[in-house]
This record gives sequence, C-alpha cells and structure tokens, in this order.
Amino acid sequence: MGVVYALIALGFVIILKCSQAFNIAQGHIVMIGGYLGFTFLIMCGLPLWAGLLAAIATAVIMGLLIERLALRPLVGQPVLAVVMMTIALGFCILEGLAILIWGGEFKVYSGALPAISLRLGAVYVPAATVFTVILAAIVVAALMLFFRYAKIGLAMRATAEDEQVAQCAGIRVTTVYAISWIIACVTGVVAGVLLGGESGVSPYLANMGLKAFAVVLLGGVNSIGGAIVAGLIVGLAESFAAGYLDPLTTRGGLATIFPFIIIIIVLFIRPYGLFGLKRIERI
Amino acid sequence: MSLASGTFNQSYAQDMAILRTRTQRVVLLAFLAFLFTCPLFISETWLTIMTIIGISVISVHGLSILTGYCGQISMGHSAFMAVGGYTSAILCAKLGFSFWAALPCAALFAGLVGLIFGLPSLRVKGFYLIMATIAAYFIISWLVHFQLTGLTGGVFGLAAPKPEIFGMVLRSRASYFYLVMIIACLATVVAINIVRSRVGRAFIAIRDNDLAAEVMGINIWAYKLLAFFIGCVFAGLAGSLLAHYYAWASIEAFPFMDSVWYLGMLIIGGMGSTTGAILGTVSFRLLDYLVIILAPMLAETFPAIAPQASASLSLIMRGLVIIVFLIFEPRGLAHGWGLIKAYFRLWPFSH
Repeated sequence: MGVVYALIALGFVIILKCSQAFNIAQGHIVMIGGYLGFTFLIMCGLPLWAGLLAAIATAVIMGLLIERLALRPLVGQPVLAVVMMTIALGFCILEGLAILIWGGEFKVYSGALPAISLRLGAVYVPAATVFTVILAAIVVAALMLFFRYAKIGLAMRATAEDEQVAQCAGIRVTTVYAISWIIACVTGVVAGVLLGGESGVSPYLANMGLKAFAVVLLGGVNSIGGAIVAGLIVGLAESFAAGYLDPLTTRGGLATIFPFIIIIIVLFIRPYGLFGLKRIERI
Repeated sequence: MSLASGTFNQSYAQDMAILRTRTQRVVLLAFLAFLFTCPLFISETWLTIMTIIGISVISVHGLSILTGYCGQISMGHSAFMAVGGYTSAILCAKLGFSFWAALPCAALFAGLVGLIFGLPSLRVKGFYLIMATIAAYFIISWLVHFQLTGLTGGVFGLAAPKPEIFGMVLRSRASYFYLVMIIACLATVVAINIVRSRVGRAFIAIRDNDLAAEVMGINIWAYKLLAFFIGCVFAGLAGSLLAHYYAWASIEAFPFMDSVWYLGMLIIGGMGSTTGAILGTVSFRLLDYLVIILAPMLAETFPAIAPQASASLSLIMRGLVIIVFLIFEPRGLAHGWGLIKAYFRLWPFSH
C-alpha cells in the first residue's frame, strides 16, 4: 500500500516541480489506470506485459492531451485557476468518462496479477503483493535513472530549478511540461493497475488519490525522496490505525480517514513537510 | 464604478447607494415582483428547481466571500452545509426547538466548526488549504456517519420537521419557496454589504497579497478566521434550509462533489462579485436541467451507453463548462454582464 501511495505521490510531485501546477486529478488518473488495467487484461485478454504496455501507451496519450488542451492555456494564471482546472478535469471529465465507458461499476481482476502475500513481523500489510512492490520499485528506479542520465530528464530538473533560466539555456519548457504530465499519467496508471489488481476498481479508487496527498504533504510537496519515504510512513500508519485504533472507536472506519487526519496534523505543525523546502516569501 | 452619462453623484450618500438610478430600482422591483409571484404560474418542477437555486445561492454567497473575496479556497463547503443541516435537524427533532430558533443556531454552529477547520489557513494557503478543507469534509462526514450516530442517526440520517409559522406548517412547495427566497434575498443584501464594508476591503487586500495586507496593518489572523466564520455561517444557513426542505438530514444530501460544484458556480459567475455568485448559480443549475432533458435523447441515440448516460453526461458537461470558462473567460459571467451594461450605458457613443 505504501509503495503505491509513493508511486501516486511521485507523479504529483513531478508535475508540481516542473510546472508549479497542483494536480488534484492524480487520484482520478489512478482510477482510469485501474479501469485500463481491467480493459486490457480481462476484456482484451492480453498477457500481463502487453496489458501493462498498452495501459502505459494510453497513459502517454492521455498525458499529452491533458497538457496540451487543458493546462497549456493556463500557463501564468493564478494558482486557483490551475487547481480548479485539475479539479474539473479529474472530478468531472475523467470520472464522467469512467462512468460513460465502464459504467462506473466495480470491476475485479485479482487473478491477473501474480500474488504473493507478505507479512513482516507484527506489521500486517493489507493485501500487499510482492509483485506490486517490485513493479513500483522498477518504475521509481527507472524515473531516478531518467532524471540522472537522460537529456530531457536533466532539462526537467533544470526547469524545476528555474523556469526562465532554463528557457534562456535553450530548453523547450513546453516540452518539459508535456513530459511531466506524461510521467505523472504513467505513474498514476501503473499505480491504478496495481491497486485494481489488488482490490478491484471503482470510481471510489479516486479517493485513494486524495489520500495520496497526505503522502505528498508529509514528504514535502517538492521533494521526490520525501514522497517515497512518506508513502511508506502513511501506508504503515494506515495499517497500524486499522489494527490498533479502530477497535477503540465505536464503529471503526478510522483507518480510512487516517490519511486525512495526517493532512490536518502536518498542515498545523510542519506545512512544508518532512523534507520540503521552507517557503520564503517576499513582497 | 462608472455611471451613465448625465448621472452625477452629489452627496456621499448617493455615492454609497447600491441602487443609483431609477432604472435600477425599477428593474429590481420588477425582478422581485416576478420572483414572488412566480409560484402562481410556474410548474411544480420549476418551483423545485428555483428552490434549490435559492438554497445554492445562499451557500455560494458564503463561498464567494470566503474564496472570491478573501482568497481562501475551500473544498469543504458541503461539509459545513452538512453541519448546519444536522444541527438544525437535531435541535428540532431531539430538543424540540422550533425551526426559527434552530436556523440561527445551525448557522452559528456551522460557523464555529468552520473556524476550527479555518485554523490551518493561518499557516498555509492555496493548494495546502484546499487539502485541509478536503480533509475537513472527510473527517466531518466520518464523524456524522460512524461516530456520533446517537445524535445523527448514522447512515440512516434523521427527520427534520418542516418549519411552522403561526401554527401553519410550510408543507407545500410554494410556501417553502417563499421561505427560501426571502432568506436568499436577505442573504444577498447582507453579502453585498459585507463586501462593501471595512471587513470586505480587508478581505480583498488579503486575497490580492496577504503579506502586503499584513504590512499595511490588517490583522490577517482575525480577518481570515472571520472570512471562514462568515462563509460557513452562510453554508450552515443553506444546509439547514436544505435539510428541512428534504425533511430529512442525511450525509447523502451533502455529497463531496457539491463542494466542487459550488466552486464551479463561483468560477462561472466570476470570482469576487456578488452578482457573479447569483448568475453562476442560476446558470449552473439551469445547465443541470438541460442535461436532464438531453440525457434521455442521448440514451435513445446511443443505446449502448443508455444506463450511465445521464450520470456521466452531467459530470462531463459541468466539467467542460468550468474548463471553458477557465480558459476563455476567467472573470466569469459577471464580467460579461458588466461589459454589456457598459455598452448600453454609453450607447450610442461607445467611444
């Protein structure tokens, strides 16, 4: 669970670093990913590798479309406009499409992913599969290598550092924006396939993305390493809450909102997160 | 504010007046006359739609002050409405309050809850505040749903009796319509006057640049919390009206998406404009009605997607409208309305 949170949060952080856009639609991209996994693995009956590749290809197209049609016209607009755009994209367009295409039904394809259950001492990781951990780790490692060695990856880091200087150095910032959206969509869709494979997919999967914001905030919104560490922390905290705190409350359910409580606590105590940069403002 | 040619302000009272010219007074009176006579000649369906519009207008006024004027984006607005709705339902059903006593209590209590969840706004803003308010929604709905079940009836909700006036129960749609519209009109007057006052100007300063506002001696701490309080009082009022309209308080009446729609209404209408809040709400709700008409036609044309046509179409339509407004008219309908008015004010010499 924690690894998947980290994966979702990673896509969010990459978009934020590169284009200063807070992508609230990340949870819905995850949901679409879950449905794509269902489409390719069950309905089309593709083998695992082909299904994953097809889902990733769709994610690339989706990322390109979202960036070009919705976000590009809003470059330079206030935060609220960008945030509202991603809200409208996620909560309305993507969710509407999911209902239109897949009927908004609960779909299960638990047999499609190789499942090995895991138990670490007293910590019970809910429905975690080793396959999930491995695949998520591969994606994260690939991204790390991409940012370190690929030319466009370096360009993205430069843009994250300072947009205007990067532009002066001859980097196409619009391409960087597009790539960052593509990466976010790919990580989101992979996370969606993994989550869908574990526990099925329905429009409620999008709330999972909302919970991933707890990860983002805990790790610090502009720290990739923070996203990974915080993903593990939040995942563990949620299973601890399910194990130890739920019996204390009358009707339980505390675990499901525990990430939201983490959000409130983090915002009160350390708004810039564990590893984030402290925001310094000048007039 | 530019005035029509030949109209001059000769006193400060004239300068401050909301209605400056005779045309404005006549138009407003005609509109009010239409509003309060329309139950006589419109159908029950339209009466329902207009009642819902009236309730939404009250709620969006609150959001408009909080988000449009003070710049504190809230995505937990329907949670604060739920607080209002449940408070008045509990007061009426369990403690035997009359509706008229429960309504202000509900508004106040929603305001207080809003204060609690507004506290993060003192340290964070923008996206972080959105996250805090989303968290507020889920925490409040969890409390209502699973924890305080003795009070709220949990999943089932609880009955909210219809209000009573002089021994007459407001059971018919028309009577409730009048109740909602009177409160909506009062709320509009209050909202207009809040944003013209010292408080409103402080809100605008905080929205435009909170650091600069603080340097100029505006107490950000107090004003941000005040904005949350006012916004949530409006939300609580609307929530209470909604609960009593359905005669049942349940969390299903206050879904998370409503918070998104209220923000959407604000964007369509135009941020930072009281007229915009009304225009946005009305056009957004009418769009819904259009979808309700269109969806069966679409389902007939494409039988494959028939069962989900209406649900998905309404989501996609609403999303598209918000996106189109964000890209092409970020200042909303209020801006367009202002342009039209300016054109006719200067007509026929527009330059």
